[in-house]
Amino acid sequence: MNFMSSEDQIAYRDSVATMLAAEVTAESIRARWDSPKGIDEKLIEQLNELGLNTMLVPESCGGLGLSELDFILLAQECGRAALPEPLVDNVLVANAMLADVACSDLVSAKQCEDLLSEVAAGKVMLACGHWINPFINMAHIHQWLLLSHGDEVHLVESSAVELLPQRSADPSRRIFKVNWQPKAETRIANGEAGAGLWRRALNRGALGVAAQLIGLSESILHRAVGFTADREQFGRPVGSNQAVKHLLADCAVSLEFAKPVMARAAYAVGSNSSDADCAVSHAKVAASRAAQLCARHGMQVHGAMGYTWECDLHIWMKRCWAIDKTWGDAGFHKNRIHERLLDPSTLMGAGHTFTSATSKTYNSQEGAA
Amino acid sequence: MDLRYTATEEAFRLKVRQWLEKNVPCESLKSFDTEEGFDQHRAWEKTLASDNWGMVTWPKEYGGRGCNLIQWLIFEEEYYRAGAPLRVNQNGIFLLGPTLMEYGTADQKSRFIGAMASGEEIWAQGWSEPGAGSDMAAIRSKAIRDGGDYIINGQKIWSTRAVFADWVFCIFRTDPESTRHHGLSFIFVPLDAEGVTVRPIDQLNGLPGFAEIFFDDVRVPVFNRLGEEGEGWAIAMSTAGFERGLMLRSPARFQEAAKKLVALYQAKRNDILDLSLEDAVVLCYLDAEAYALSTYATASRLMAGGNIGAESSCNKIFWSELDIKIHETAMRLLGARGELLPDSEDFSEELGVWLDGFFFAQSGPIYAGTNEVQRNIIAERMLGMPRK
Ligand SMILES: Cc1cc2nc3c(=O)[nH]c(=O)nc-3n(C[C@H](O)[C@H](O)[C@H](O)COP(=O)(O)OP(=O)(O)OC[C@H]3O[C@@H](n4cnc5c(N)ncnc54)[C@H](O)[C@@H]3O)c2cc1C
Repeated sequence: MNFMSSEDQIAYRDSVATMLAAEVTAESIRARWDSPKGIDEKLIEQLNELGLNTMLVPESCGGLGLSELDFILLAQECGRAALPEPLVDNVLVANAMLADVACSDLVSAKQCEDLLSEVAAGKVMLACGHWINPFINMAHIHQWLLLSHGDEVHLVESSAVELLPQRSADPSRRIFKVNWQPKAETRIANGEAGAGLWRRALNRGALGVAAQLIGLSESILHRAVGFTADREQFGRPVGSNQAVKHLLADCAVSLEFAKPVMARAAYAVGSNSSDADCAVSHAKVAASRAAQLCARHGMQVHGAMGYTWECDLHIWMKRCWAIDKTWGDAGFHKNRIHERLLDPSTLMGAGHTFTSATSKTYNSQEGAA
Repeated sequence: MDLRYTATEEAFRLKVRQWLEKNVPCESLKSFDTEEGFDQHRAWEKTLASDNWGMVTWPKEYGGRGCNLIQWLIFEEEYYRAGAPLRVNQNGIFLLGPTLMEYGTADQKSRFIGAMASGEEIWAQGWSEPGAGSDMAAIRSKAIRDGGDYIINGQKIWSTRAVFADWVFCIFRTDPESTRHHGLSFIFVPLDAEGVTVRPIDQLNGLPGFAEIFFDDVRVPVFNRLGEEGEGWAIAMSTAGFERGLMLRSPARFQEAAKKLVALYQAKRNDILDLSLEDAVVLCYLDAEAYALSTYATASRLMAGGNIGAESSCNKIFWSELDIKIHETAMRLLGARGELLPDSEDFSEELGVWLDGFFFAQSGPIYAGTNEVQRNIIAERMLGMPRK
């Protein structure tokens, strides 16, 4: 039993964090808001060079062959940076889903393998339109889309569908509704295989949101601590007031108890554990509570400044508010837990925290690059 | 990261389970806040110690098993799962024992540790005073050197289990000219010494769970001082670290409580009109699991050479608020019958010990450093917010 991330995982995280800190500033995020595409294409190339977009693709398909556990700390950093590029959904969900099909014995495997090598080469991008999400973020920059029709999985060229742009409260998001008709030629999986793929995609997507929410929240907290140390009223920093301290201490507590939950969820998904659904739902609920609290308290301690467009805080706050409801809202995830609690076969109580996690094998030594 | 127990860990769990299955008394003991219950719990400590299960984290030379923190967690899981009695020896196991091992002389260790491990001598903690609660450095009780002795005068309060305990470890002012955290020393006093008066204080449930202790020219040998004179504050802080840190409340306790809450919810589900109860039950279960996961994460970090700083203040806040949430939710599920005491005619099995637990949960955010004080610590030491 060991809960520590490996040295490789930490090192990979640090290198990505350093790069994001240098490249993704509040100013550059605001610049994206006014740009036609809303993204920084050079940055996407840079991230590809780090091997990020094929992290979860097996080595046999030209990827790095790493797991969700290796990626989760990076997703947290993407949140911290409020990265507008849809890296987390690309890597953790869409590319990994395509790889799942490519490595399967489905007839579409070969087709998916070919597309995957183009994705790996950075030639094309792929997004996942899961039935649980009404919109796809940044659909316009992707050449290919995975779309759901019931349990069926369709691989569709985005030029063949109609993308209806919507406006998100978060100016960093460019969301689209997809208008399309399923056709037999685009179907790459259906039935049980399709349902399994969608289910895994949902867990991966929700896990990615949980990690980003934690990173976003940490950033908000960091900003709030900095702001309240600088801002003076009554002749002293507003952060020296206990009422202010306690608001932020509560944020720290909620984060402290969301992070291990996120790590366990990544482990459960990465090891294909039978309790992955609940582990992910727990992570999503815990991260969402932390994010709501950090956004609320972070805003409060900024005073009126926090309520302005000019203050950068809303870059992080609005991302929290927007992505919090994606990949299943609190109702969806709490309901999955509730079902488990009502299931008479559920083992719970002391000693059962890792009951299902222990049933499957996962070798952490296979670790990160 | 590898969230599987090793074969050694599984074997250890099995060993604990088998021992507990054989030895845990079938009938639950009386509360250790009664004389009879205290004796029963003392006897249980003796049983635990007879097979070295009393102080599993202590080194073998002191009657422990030298367990690492993951093994400790496994032990605790099995302990709560088996419904074994509460530990009347808690102060000895987690507070004084480790401190004594770190700061005690060889003679002090051989005098006190064995008797502590066997439950022969049960310890109370005497830090708080009427004028020194959250502000512990305001301690006024004095221990003045007189040859080979100290002469103690003053008063301690809120000392848990002091009514029936044998010894109390205290912080006294040994330098009468000193102020705040200077000039304090860590001293042991037998509760039957001449000049000691223990006045029981009844808690919310009517039982004398803690006491006031008066010292009138109480004489104890210098041998009873732990560490150097004037070092009391530093030693006390290391003890507070153990307490607030990881071990005061193991996650197993809350996981078992959450499990009982879920069972109560299942039984009541068809009659529930308050829809928010479903949410409350789900969150209690999740938070108990989160506390377990976080404790495993901290244990791993400590075993890898890391340390626990202000994070222990996060722990204190989280478990104490969780305990309140679990018991509040149970009381909501029980409705108007929840107020019944066990000797009522209409009392039923279902009401169990929820009311008692509900009362006790109210004290969680107060003892071991109030949650307000913990929030100050988090803000200043973890987040680096300005003191002034
Ligand atoms: C069940 C129980 C068992 C106990 N067992 C023991 C024991 O065995 N040995 C022992 O020595 N003591 C024991 N205590 C005492 C406990 O340590 C104290 O109650 C605690 O430290 C608080 O002190 P106080 O009660 O004097 O409250 P006060 O310090 O008077 O606090 C009153 C209120 O003011 C708040 N407050 C105080 N200072 C600050 C501040 N700086 N910032 C913000 N808020 C503040 C507190 O948080 C609290 O809400 C026990 C207490 C309880 C309830």
